[in-house]
Order: sequence, then C-alpha cells, then structure tokens
Amino acid sequence: MLILPLAVGTLLAVMFLQWWERRLLGWWQDRRGPNRVGWFGVLQGVADGIKFITKDDWLPPFGDRALFILAPVIVCASMMFVLAVIPFAPDMVIADLNIALLWFLAMSSLAVYGVLLGGFASNNKYALLGSLRAAAQMVTYEVFMGLSIMGVVIHAGSFSLVDIVEAQADMWFIVPQFLGFVIFFLAGLAESHRLPFDLPEAEHELTAGFHTEYSGMKFVLLMCGEYVAVIVTSCLLVLLFFGGWLVPEFLDFLPPVVWFGAKVLVFVHVFVLLRAAIPRPRYDQLMSLGWKILLPLTLVNLLATGFFVLWGT
Amino acid sequence: MTDLLLFWIPAAVALVSTGLVITRRNASHALIYLVVSLLAIAVIFFVLGAPFAAALEVVIYAGAIVVLFLFVVMMLNLGQSSVLRESRWLRPGMWVLPAVLVTALLLVMVYALAGLPDNTTMTKGVMVGPQAVGIELFGPYLLAVELAGFLLLAALVGAYHLGRRYLEERREA
Repeated sequence: MLILPLAVGTLLAVMFLQWWERRLLGWWQDRRGPNRVGWFGVLQGVADGIKFITKDDWLPPFGDRALFILAPVIVCASMMFVLAVIPFAPDMVIADLNIALLWFLAMSSLAVYGVLLGGFASNNKYALLGSLRAAAQMVTYEVFMGLSIMGVVIHAGSFSLVDIVEAQADMWFIVPQFLGFVIFFLAGLAESHRLPFDLPEAEHELTAGFHTEYSGMKFVLLMCGEYVAVIVTSCLLVLLFFGGWLVPEFLDFLPPVVWFGAKVLVFVHVFVLLRAAIPRPRYDQLMSLGWKILLPLTLVNLLATGFFVLWGT
Repeated sequence: MTDLLLFWIPAAVALVSTGLVITRRNASHALIYLVVSLLAIAVIFFVLGAPFAAALEVVIYAGAIVVLFLFVVMMLNLGQSSVLRESRWLRPGMWVLPAVLVTALLLVMVYALAGLPDNTTMTKGVMVGPQAVGIELFGPYLLAVELAGFLLLAALVGAYHLGRRYLEERREA
C-alpha cells in the first residue's frame, strides 16, 4: 500500500532535489543557478524532463547493447529497493525485515554492477577507466561500510531498522558510535560516488567517466540512481545514528514522520554542501585513506564497542 | 501451491541461468548470469526460512566476489580473438569425459535425494534469524570458524607478499 506513493514520491523528490541542489550550489558559489522556469526555477525539473525525453536515445553501435541498457536500470532499481526497508515512522515501513540492514548492504553492493557494466558496455576508454575506478572504490568502501554499522547492531542487538531506532530512545547512537558515524558517512559518500568522491566520473580527467556514452533517459536513470542514493544514505544516517523519528519530548507536537523528514533533509543538505566546498582527492589518496586509515579505525571501533557492551552486562 | 511456486520459480531461474553461465562465450555475459543464479539461490534461502544466509549470499557472493571476477575480465578486455581461441580449444569431443563423470555424480545425488523422507518440506520449517546463526557459529562450529580465519589470514599474508614483490621490482626499475 505504501509502495506506489513511496516510489512516486521519491522520484518527485529527486526531480526537485536536482533543481534545489543546483540552486544551493549557485548561492554558495556566488552565482544564480537555474532560476527561470516557474517560481524561482521550481519547475526546472519538468523542463529537464521534457528535454531528456525528446532527446535521441542513442545506443553506441560499438558497445555491448544488452549490458548498456541493463546498467542504468541496476543503478536506479537497486537504490530504490532499499527504500522498502526504511521505516519513516513507527508503522510506516513496507517490510520490517529482521535483516533490513543487510538488505541495504546487499543492494548497495549490487549497485556496483550498474556502474561497472555501464562503463564496460560503453566500450570507450574513459568509460572503462571510470568504471574500473568505481568498482575498486565501491568494493573498498563497502568493506568498512558494513563493519562501521556493526557497532550500532551490537548496541541495538538487531538488524531490524525499527528495533535499532527504538533502541535509541534513551540516547542517540551518535554518542557511543561517533567513530562509526564518521566512517559510515564517508563510506556512504564513496558508495554514492558523489563529490568529493566522484572519481568514477571525474570530469576533468575522464570526460564523464562511466557514463560518458549515456544520453537521454538512460542518463536520467543513472542520475536518478545517484540522487536516490543520497536520499537513502541520509535516511540510514538518521535511522542508525540520530534516532530516526524519535525526538525529545518537548518537540513531540509534530508527527514522527515530519521529524524524520526534517533530519533527512539536513543530511541531504550536508551532501550538497560537501559537493560545493571540498575538492576531489587524488585516486590513490582515496584508496589509501580507505585501506590504511578507515579500515583499521573501524576494526578498533568494533573491538572497543564489543568490549564495552560486554563489560556493561 | 504458492509455497511450491515460491520454491520452483527461483529454482528454475537458478538452473537456467547456471546453464547459461557455462554456455555463454562472452565472459562478461556469463558472469551476469552467474549473478542472476546467485540471486535466485538467495531467494531460495529466503523462502526456506534462512534470511541471514540469503542476505550474505547477495552481499558476499553476488556483491563482492563476482564483482572482482568482472573486474578482472574488464582489465583483460578480451575480444573476439580470445573467443575464437577458446572455441578451438574446446572441441566437441572434449565434452564426453566430463559429461560421463557429471552424470555419475548426478545419479548418486538423485539416489540420495530420493532416499530422503517425504516430510522434509521447506516452507514448513522454522525461521533461522541472524542471532541463531551467530549462536551456532560461535558455539558448536567455533573450530570451523577459527580454521576459516586461519585460512583467510594466510591468504592475506600471501597476497601482501605477492604485492610487495611487485612494488619492490617497480621501485628498483
């Protein structure tokens, strides 16, 4: 029952988000951004949609057609599937699985295929380099993305996102799991390959990386997957570390879903701000940050969390 | 009836896609069918009441290991020439002995499965959650977990050794 409104709502949110992101970037970078279509440019998404639908949906004759079509579908669908396990309010969830968190990890690991195949099927050297980078980056950051949220699982004693939120009634997990939060945030950024970690695209060196050959609605699907990934990652940050829909009692006057939405919006804005503020690192810097700093830190965090939780019992 | 369909549909998908993994000439297409096959097996695990195993099947096999396979295939970027070379190696006569051996294995497996009592149906079983798996792994199967740990550590040290030799050679050059 929730499925259709959620899917449509997310796609609409993506449409407005891409406009809003460009407006915000414009303000932060002292320019105007798209402000012509509708009130302050609100309808820019509609204009872009019409443009993309009427564009020639080109298939590269030198590439692998089947995989070329499949790739954007995987990127977008895998991220949309994660929405199935996200609880927006105590009873607003499509499926409260007891493996919800693993479902998220599974879907984000399947998203790698979209990027990988997209670049490979394009049969273009920039695209191939981009998707090789994407594969290495996403597999690397997946490792400790999974490990960094195990601290939360230890505290909550469950993989179910509803249980995890309810376990934060006394204290949000950002306090005991601050390290986990930082690592999960960086990993989420790398998984959704947004700036500053958008090395798979890196337009100054790889044209547009893995989606160089994409145009028309297939390009829209790829972009849509990226924005849904931003929304999903923000939702998970809120659910895992900031108490989901829970707020202190004096703020109880609004329904829980509103508070959840507000918290998610804050993180979406942080993602946009990061894009505006931070330059892209070099590729080897990204990889050595992952393997040499974040992975050991995650393991230490996991050990310490286990130690203190067992100490407390 | 629905129970049976829930089992037979993913089972059929797994069989067909595994067949395609073997017969595809294009290595990257074969790997995609392998992913489909793994996903179908994950669905079967889920239907049988083992959601944790299903999730790990997707995260580890479909999401990590096959990605690395695909990564290597992409790096090698095999073209038409390697397809031709492979079809030269694999003459029809090559398939006789493997087919005989596999048929023998299949017969043994069918015989063993036929001997099972009829009431071991799948969807009637209990749900095995993540906690139950953990308790079993670190209870009766602790030794196996530790041995797997040794093996992985050895693999890690081996990989480091190979990588370091490469780095040293490059530094000298």
